[in-house]
Amino acid sequence: MAIRVENIAAQIVRIVETRIPAGVPVSAQTRIARDLGLDSVAVMDFVMEIEDHFDISIPLDRIAEVETVENLAYVVEILLKEKD
Amino acid sequence: MSIFSKFDHVRTAFRALDKSGRNPFGIRFDKVLSPTEAILEGRHILLFGTNNYLGLTFDRTCVEASVSAIYEAGTGTTGSRIANGTYAGHTVLEQQIAEFYGRRGAMVFTTGYQAILGLISTLAGRGDHLLIDADSHASIYDAGKLSAAEVIRFRHNDPQDLARRLRRLEGLPGSRIVVTEGLFSMLGDTAPLCEIAAVKREMGAYLIVDEAHSMGVLGKNGRGLAEAVGVEADVDFVVGTFSKSLGAIGGFAVSDLPDFDLLRVTCRPYMFTASLPPAVVASVTASLRRVATDNLLGTRVLANGRRLYRGLAQAGFDLGPEPGPIVAVKISDRELAIEFWNALIAAGIYVNLALPPATPGSQSLLRSSVSAAHTEMQIDRAVQIMADNGYRLGVLSSDLRIAVPAAE
Repeated sequence: MAIRVENIAAQIVRIVETRIPAGVPVSAQTRIARDLGLDSVAVMDFVMEIEDHFDISIPLDRIAEVETVENLAYVVEILLKEKD
Repeated sequence: MSIFSKFDHVRTAFRALDKSGRNPFGIRFDKVLSPTEAILEGRHILLFGTNNYLGLTFDRTCVEASVSAIYEAGTGTTGSRIANGTYAGHTVLEQQIAEFYGRRGAMVFTTGYQAILGLISTLAGRGDHLLIDADSHASIYDAGKLSAAEVIRFRHNDPQDLARRLRRLEGLPGSRIVVTEGLFSMLGDTAPLCEIAAVKREMGAYLIVDEAHSMGVLGKNGRGLAEAVGVEADVDFVVGTFSKSLGAIGGFAVSDLPDFDLLRVTCRPYMFTASLPPAVVASVTASLRRVATDNLLGTRVLANGRRLYRGLAQAGFDLGPEPGPIVAVKISDRELAIEFWNALIAAGIYVNLALPPATPGSQSLLRSSVSAAHTEMQIDRAVQIMADNGYRLGVLSSDLRIAVPAAE
């Protein structure tokens, strides 16, 4: 992982940790829907928090491709680059 | 590995519903008797989950118009309007809808789902930006999938979030198309349409409002939320259905934009499906005439909605944010919601069970809708049965039990 993606993933992990019971391990490899037990709508709601945090909008087709925190971090990185 | 393996998680949940008694997604009425009553398992049941807002499905004039149309024009059109031609009834209905909304153009679709799918996916092309309310109906999400545009979800009923997301698009080419609903189907809440219209004007976007649940119900003339809050001029496209207030099936879209007609030769869900059959066109024409000349039914369904909402609120249920024709009881526990729904069926009340992810906020809902055809006695009976079963099952806390006063 590139430094920037790693950093973004770490920020996402911190946001995930505020939403789940303490002690549940979360990492860049965590699968957002399966490991966190989120249904399709809950995933989209979670992504909204990520969007607010980074001040970007993530189009739905890009969310559909995301499985892990790391995948999401890559999408965020691309969108942040496009913004700059 | 079966082709159905991808649905393993769905299978487990669906089969579990069988064990709960009746499967809510497979319920079968022996006979529907009227807009408010049916026979289920050999017993009378009161219908409180039909979206039959104006109660016109058995209206004598509509039924007779439908029957005559079958004799005159046959049972079906056997093809699409593009390939097989338009029947006179289609054109009459389109003129009638345009007139009802005071718009230049109207298009009729075979279902409400297709109207949404067709209108949105065709308008939002490659390079455009489609901004949809997070609690949008599945058809709006599906339209987004069919569209080549980028789809962005804004927080439910949050004009500031919409504005923020539109600002993020500044400098990018492409049209901005905002989609919201007059009345949201699950919780029955209305959109803050004045504020959304203001954002739309300021940021230069197009606005589509789905009035599927609000047509014939909201607004002095029954044109929906946009009429009720006075922002029709800001709504570029109204889309809706004939399957709820108008008691049949089909969908429509209206607009004042000059090239609206181009959709007839670009919109695939309009072009590549058979058109509405004469019987449906005739009953919708008759029911729309009724709605256009008499807003009594709209007044009555709203009064009925308030009565049900007040009764259930007084009983202590956790309800959607505002009274209206849709009244939803929120239940945090999915299994309890299923049990409660089954108990209501056994007690002679049919409501809709809605489970996540089809609901906002991962809540389970017992969603009911009222009709202008409901009597006050039927509504009070539904409140009483829901309250009794709510206490018995622990949906309502018995510590708080008070006699449910008769509404009004």
